[in-house]
Amino acid sequence: MSRATADEVARVFREEYGRAVAVLRRHLGDLDLAEEAVQDAFSVALERWPVTGVPPSPAGWIITTARRRAIDRYRRESRRDEYHAAAAALMTSDESLEDEVVSDERLRLIFTCCHPALAPNVRVALTLRLLGGLTTAEIARAFLVPEPTLAQRLVRAKTKIHAANIPYRIPDASELPDRLQPVLAVVYLIFNEGHTASTGGALMRVDLCVEAIRLGRVLLDLLPDEPEVWGLLALMLLVDSRRETRTDGDGDFVPLYQQDRQRWNRARIDEGQSLVRRCLARNRPGPYQLQAAIQAVHSDAVSGADTDWRQIVALYDQLLAVSPTPIVALNRAVAIAEVDGPAAGLALVDVLDLPHYYLSHAIRADLLRRLGRTREAVDAYGEAAGLTENARERAFLERQRSALGLPVAPRDR
Amino acid sequence: MTQYLLSIYQPDGVPPSPEKLGPVMKTIGAMIEELKAKQLFVFNGGLHPADAATVVRRDHGQIVMTDGPYAEGKEHVGGLMVIKAADLDAALKWASRLADALILDGMDRGLGVEVRPFHHG
Repeated sequence: MSRATADEVARVFREEYGRAVAVLRRHLGDLDLAEEAVQDAFSVALERWPVTGVPPSPAGWIITTARRRAIDRYRRESRRDEYHAAAAALMTSDESLEDEVVSDERLRLIFTCCHPALAPNVRVALTLRLLGGLTTAEIARAFLVPEPTLAQRLVRAKTKIHAANIPYRIPDASELPDRLQPVLAVVYLIFNEGHTASTGGALMRVDLCVEAIRLGRVLLDLLPDEPEVWGLLALMLLVDSRRETRTDGDGDFVPLYQQDRQRWNRARIDEGQSLVRRCLARNRPGPYQLQAAIQAVHSDAVSGADTDWRQIVALYDQLLAVSPTPIVALNRAVAIAEVDGPAAGLALVDVLDLPHYYLSHAIRADLLRRLGRTREAVDAYGEAAGLTENARERAFLERQRSALGLPVAPRDR
Repeated sequence: MTQYLLSIYQPDGVPPSPEKLGPVMKTIGAMIEELKAKQLFVFNGGLHPADAATVVRRDHGQIVMTDGPYAEGKEHVGGLMVIKAADLDAALKWASRLADALILDGMDRGLGVEVRPFHHG
């Protein structure tokens, strides 16, 4: 056994926190007590592991230690019979840490964290905290909310879970499609926030992308037979394969058609594409699988010009049938512009009602530019730049606009 | 078992005609019978319109009464039901059935049902 540094303990914390809390939650019947016990165990680890080294099964060690700490705590604090009873129950509860038991507990916890009775932003925070092992400070930083606000949000959520008796339960087959959807949405939202940070100076927050992919793998591990879970992981891997080429040396945004495809991450592409092939073989398409398939077509193309846009249009047609949202229609219009020309794409964009969505204006600007309608393109780039909160994207849009060489028209406001 | 309060929020103003309301009341009646048969029923009742309400509060030493409902708005609690359920998922299923009953023919949006747990259910 090698000696552990504080960094290694932190890494184990990040990887095993969710598992440990899930198991302890079952023994203690309460999330707060479970978190306290697991945190206790990690503070013991911080003292011991630098001397003794990391034990062969860090998760097992943490869970056993957390359980012992909880029993000690009960003994210390207990005057009342109920505490004795709880401590006794903890001692006699089955020691089994079989993978299956642990997996079930984690899965229950995921469905509780992403319960539809909780607000979406609360689901995200709970999932990152309880399954991702992120600290309150880290989550607050990632979503640019003051730490006390986030801490309060978590406390309120845990109180609601307890008071309203939100169950820890794996939905049965008939409920699974409905209940899985918010779980996938939470993971994808974390990924998207990482992919294009909604505010701030950097284009991406790589840590959130990494975290979302890790959660995607956890889901795949826990629900190995759900094609939408494969689709979500594939989608994230394929998009993330272009992480290094999406920004230049200065951190500025580089669009897909200008990226150096040689530098795309091959391992992520291969893994993503093999998941997409599994989805195709299963033939139970859903929104995440279709989006992954679209990304896989881009990954196949050796250059922007080599892209099979007809295939992409066909996939968007399918996607629009299962999720008929204006955003999907907008993305389909981009593909149509590549197949039938910018005028055809623009006609589709112009009927969409997305006045506050910066990408709608950015896409319109690009199509107008290609049609030689420079004056209108300048205005549309201006609209888009005014709507994005991401400084890197705004800079990109402003560069596009000034490249058109027209002065910005004075605007009435 | 936890006890849950299901509050039905209704728009103020003239209630729908008896012909329209009939099927709604019938569905809710059947739901109550089923809750009773499963020993999950605690209480239910419909309320007079919110104009009939009075708010009472001790303020600077004296009781002050205000005519009208506590919260101003276009929708108020019009009826309520108290049920027992194993957990929130079970309670939400009953609430969904209630919500399904609370939508008039030809409308896209029905009445809202608030589900709220009691202490020490």
